[in-house]
Amino acid sequence: MGDSKGGPIYRGLGKIPDRALLMFAGLVYLFLYAPIMVLIFFSFNSTKNTQVWTGFSTQWYGELVRDSSVLNAFKLSLTVGLTATAIATVIGTLTALALSRHTFRGKTFADSAIYAATVMPEIVVGVSLLVFFVAATIPLGIVTIIIAHVAFCISFVTIVVRARLSGMDRSIEEAAQDLGASPVQTFLRVTLPLILPGVMAGALLAFTLSFDDFVITFFVSGVGSSTLPLKIYSMIKFGVSPVINALSTVVMVTTMILILGGSRFLTSREDA
Amino acid sequence: MGKGGRGWTLRLAGLLTPVTIWLGLFFLVPLLLILAYSFGTSGVYGGITLGFNPGNYLKVFDPLYLEIIVRTLVIALTNTFLCLLLGYPLAYFITFKGGRYKNILILLVMIPFWTSLLLRAYAWVVILNGNGIANRTLQFLGITDHPLLLIFTPQAVTMGMVYSYLPFMILPLYAALEKFDRRLKEAAQDLGASRWHTFWRVTFPLSMPGVIAGSILVFIPSAGEFVIPNLLGGARTVMVGNLIQSQFLSARDWAFGSALAVMLAVLLVGAIMFYVRKVGTEKLEGV
Repeated sequence: MGDSKGGPIYRGLGKIPDRALLMFAGLVYLFLYAPIMVLIFFSFNSTKNTQVWTGFSTQWYGELVRDSSVLNAFKLSLTVGLTATAIATVIGTLTALALSRHTFRGKTFADSAIYAATVMPEIVVGVSLLVFFVAATIPLGIVTIIIAHVAFCISFVTIVVRARLSGMDRSIEEAAQDLGASPVQTFLRVTLPLILPGVMAGALLAFTLSFDDFVITFFVSGVGSSTLPLKIYSMIKFGVSPVINALSTVVMVTTMILILGGSRFLTSREDA
Repeated sequence: MGKGGRGWTLRLAGLLTPVTIWLGLFFLVPLLLILAYSFGTSGVYGGITLGFNPGNYLKVFDPLYLEIIVRTLVIALTNTFLCLLLGYPLAYFITFKGGRYKNILILLVMIPFWTSLLLRAYAWVVILNGNGIANRTLQFLGITDHPLLLIFTPQAVTMGMVYSYLPFMILPLYAALEKFDRRLKEAAQDLGASRWHTFWRVTFPLSMPGVIAGSILVFIPSAGEFVIPNLLGGARTVMVGNLIQSQFLSARDWAFGSALAVMLAVLLVGAIMFYVRKVGTEKLEGV
């Protein structure tokens, strides 16, 4: 710190903002975590009360597992998430390859469209897709949910894979081709293994986004197809209950595991 | 690779066809469709007649809707400002005082960032409702002797939003401050600037790209938010997002709903263009 050059009095004064900053940071972290912690804490409460601790129990998790509508919602979320992730990862990776390896007419437009898809307010994407599906007379259900999820996941996969490609040494690919590998061989044996951490990170990101999405799904799901977030929403609308706390805990822990796994793929960039 | 050769063109076409079809058909076409609908006329039974009817846009000036739009802007701006107020010192703390804990501290910001907004809003429903922890604490402290109406107020919505969007502010601020050359700070202080001066004349101006990126990332989704006002605002704190939702799902005035959605999208494009002019495109992608 620059202030260490000052006299003792000045140095003493300089510590005050540091302490204040430390305290402030602590309070912001408390603000970020206390509500989630309270939520998780009361999912283990022994009575239906979500406010007063009465003893430890896992009964709400038991109730959760026995609730067939929750299980069905979970299955639907899983099916949608896995299908949408598979499609979006393939398309996003191809797009990243095109954008980082080629220059072509309309590239600026392609860039902007992909970028716009990541920042467009979800409600606008949701209602425009609803209008589109109704106009095209495509019945709302699992198919429209998957189509919508792929549409918003492609851009994120593209951005993540592209970041990985831009950090890649292209001379390795050139060497492979000089040694007689065909373009397909080069891709499968050299390029793909090198960008795989990026592809995996993109896939995990896509799955998380799909699994957690509420707003867009809300508009394109129609009646009868309830993903987990939609199920949670209707439960909250019905009233606060420790079962929702338990379900929230499960979803949050799942998301965190996926993201921590994903960030490991991303940080392994150097040693890949 | 023969650049410009036939094989090259074919390969490029192969790489780009899937994305063109998917994003073209399921992102761009729907947007154009609501643009067309926004100038149409809604029938009594929810059907729509296309045409050129600017009435849907003029409806916005109806005092009933104007109030909702003004409220949305006020809440979104308040939220952005509060996130900056809470987020900047934290980002500053992580960058300059985090030391060897820096990675853990930033991970602790990432985790809520990745937790579903719906669940984070629910956490506040639990805290703020009639016999929730907030009310119990207030009564315990003797501030009030009966439960106050904390939920279903604009303040509850703002609270839920700050809670939900704070990480969206901290991450770009941290990215901007990380790139900051610390020697500039030292130079300013060696030349006699106080810490206060150094901050306002050197550090803060150089972190502006992060401030703008964070503000856009917070402002845009909060202006379009409908889950948080739905759960924490109730019927008295309706925002544009709720208005759009009700036009499509209950009022069935799709033309007006489309006009509102188009305006929201245009507001966003305006904000992004402002950002790109000021800072350039590469920064936002790092978020």
